[in-house]
Amino acid sequence: MKTFDYTITDEIGIHARPAGLLVKEAKKFKSLVTVTLGEKTVKASAMALMGLGAKKGSTITVNVNGEDEDVSAATIETFLKENL
Amino acid sequence: MEKFEGKSIYNGVSIGTVLFYGKADSNVKRRTIGEGEIEAEIERFEAARIKAQEQIHGLYEQALKKVGENEAAIFEVHEMLLDDDDFIDTIVDIIKTQKVNAEYAAAVTGDNFSKTFSSLPESDYMHGRAADILDISGRVVSVLLGVSREPNFEYPVIVVADDLVPSETVQMDKEKLLGFALQSGSTNSHTAILARTMNIPAITGIRISPAWSGRTAIIDGFGGAFYIDPDLETIDKFKKVQEREAEKRLLLLELKGKDDQTKSGRKIRLYANIASVGDLAAVLANDAKGIGLFRSEFLYLESDNYPSEDAQFKAYKQVAETMSGKKVIIRTLDIGADKQADYFNIPKEENPAMGYRAIRICLDRVDVFKTQLRALFRASAFGNIAVMYPMIISVDEVRKIKLIVKEVKDELDSHNIKYGNVEQGIMIETPAAVIISDLLAKEVDFFSIGTNDLTQYTLAVDRQNRKIDALCDTHHPAVLRMIQTVVDNAHENGIWAGICGELGADLTLTTKFVEMGVDELSVSPSFVLPIRKIIREIE
Repeated sequence: MKTFDYTITDEIGIHARPAGLLVKEAKKFKSLVTVTLGEKTVKASAMALMGLGAKKGSTITVNVNGEDEDVSAATIETFLKENL
Repeated sequence: MEKFEGKSIYNGVSIGTVLFYGKADSNVKRRTIGEGEIEAEIERFEAARIKAQEQIHGLYEQALKKVGENEAAIFEVHEMLLDDDDFIDTIVDIIKTQKVNAEYAAAVTGDNFSKTFSSLPESDYMHGRAADILDISGRVVSVLLGVSREPNFEYPVIVVADDLVPSETVQMDKEKLLGFALQSGSTNSHTAILARTMNIPAITGIRISPAWSGRTAIIDGFGGAFYIDPDLETIDKFKKVQEREAEKRLLLLELKGKDDQTKSGRKIRLYANIASVGDLAAVLANDAKGIGLFRSEFLYLESDNYPSEDAQFKAYKQVAETMSGKKVIIRTLDIGADKQADYFNIPKEENPAMGYRAIRICLDRVDVFKTQLRALFRASAFGNIAVMYPMIISVDEVRKIKLIVKEVKDELDSHNIKYGNVEQGIMIETPAAVIISDLLAKEVDFFSIGTNDLTQYTLAVDRQNRKIDALCDTHHPAVLRMIQTVVDNAHENGIWAGICGELGADLTLTTKFVEMGVDELSVSPSFVLPIRKIIREIE
């Protein structure tokens, strides 16, 4: 299992388009991706991610679990840095 | 073949394919299904979801071409949301565990997700997405129910609907509208007025059915009847009616270019009413000598936010330039009552016809009013623009308006922006304005009588209430006496008076109006030539 934290820098937080694209990235791999903010943990789906209500400055914890977790986690982290 | 009796909104015959236009959400019913039906129901949902996605993709491509990538992005987001595992799993789960129909599962899920978003604290962005979720779940439900939510159609159709709000009708592509058949729209509603403006056969008061979608139908606007699955004989009969009507119109075209003058030489100003820049073609085709009523509120109804000064300026300028020196009378914002734009945030009222509307909003929200006035005055440098103000009840209101107009002119002067000589008029549509029309006449350059509201207020008959349509008697002596009073008071004070309400297009009254001294008639473009014919036959 791979875990990393990421702090949102986007002005409006996790919004629809990057959330959708993030899910597309995650689906390229077999590993299961979950995201935690505070007490809420959700599977990587666009609506669920948006529903976390993550704002600029919120720190999310990303959890990747599966056979290709290393490359999946790296891809997601890069995506987050570039888009959120 | 089945025949339904209704009430005619606009004369004319149309023959074509039915498109059932419905608001899906109100039609969703919870239905329990058997264990054996679950698989099939999930498949139904999946098929509808994919169809909905295709529709959205179509909208995306359209938007990309028409308005560009930024504005099209919203449809890309909608597409993504419809692909969302969480959303799909929840719906499938509800179908499985609660054993209910797909429509219900999709509607409930949409509601729940949307509520989650709208309850997120301090996030306008997420609140906006709540509406998107409702939009996509509503689209899936529409596909499941087999009703269309697209106001734009791929081929010409007869639109069948319970009722339509003005914001829906204005979005429809007029080129592809053969007719309206409504269940509960009033003959005096704005949809009805629009049908008349657009020259589209329309009837109301028929019991409609979603099952008609895709079937052939006839609207008989003369007889007030609707036929579904008409036989060949009936189709033939109505095709002949259409041909006769076309011949009549041809005859009228011979009147193009002729003066609106009685035999004894009295000239009447025969102008046209328009609701948008798109109606200009009809004005020119029917040879109106000016525009007597440009309903500027459609600029507001068509948009999602207050139209900017420049956007308004462009529209007014285009109309003024197209009419090349002919009079263009623009009515300032007449919103409220049955014409609502969400962003105005007008709370629901007990009695909106007598509520916060028209000039009352403008005098309260002077910023909105001034934006429009600036656009109007700037545009007046490009043609012959006149302005008129709706819903006046007192001299005090007119004086307030004049002060604001002066401020606007001073501002333009200080920036060296040119404007023309703009005639200032008022709508006479309240009994109060009629009774003090002698006093009002001293303040303005002209009167334009709005007979729709004047009739409603004079007779105390709500024109939206179909039950009392019969009482909405525009020929009532009280209404006609009101008009006479206004005309007399105008002339005594040296100004002119016209009629821009629906009554102005009542061919049975044209002669009477001319005799009463009415100086101007402003009517739907399609009525210009029939009225010219009558005027030219008056001694």
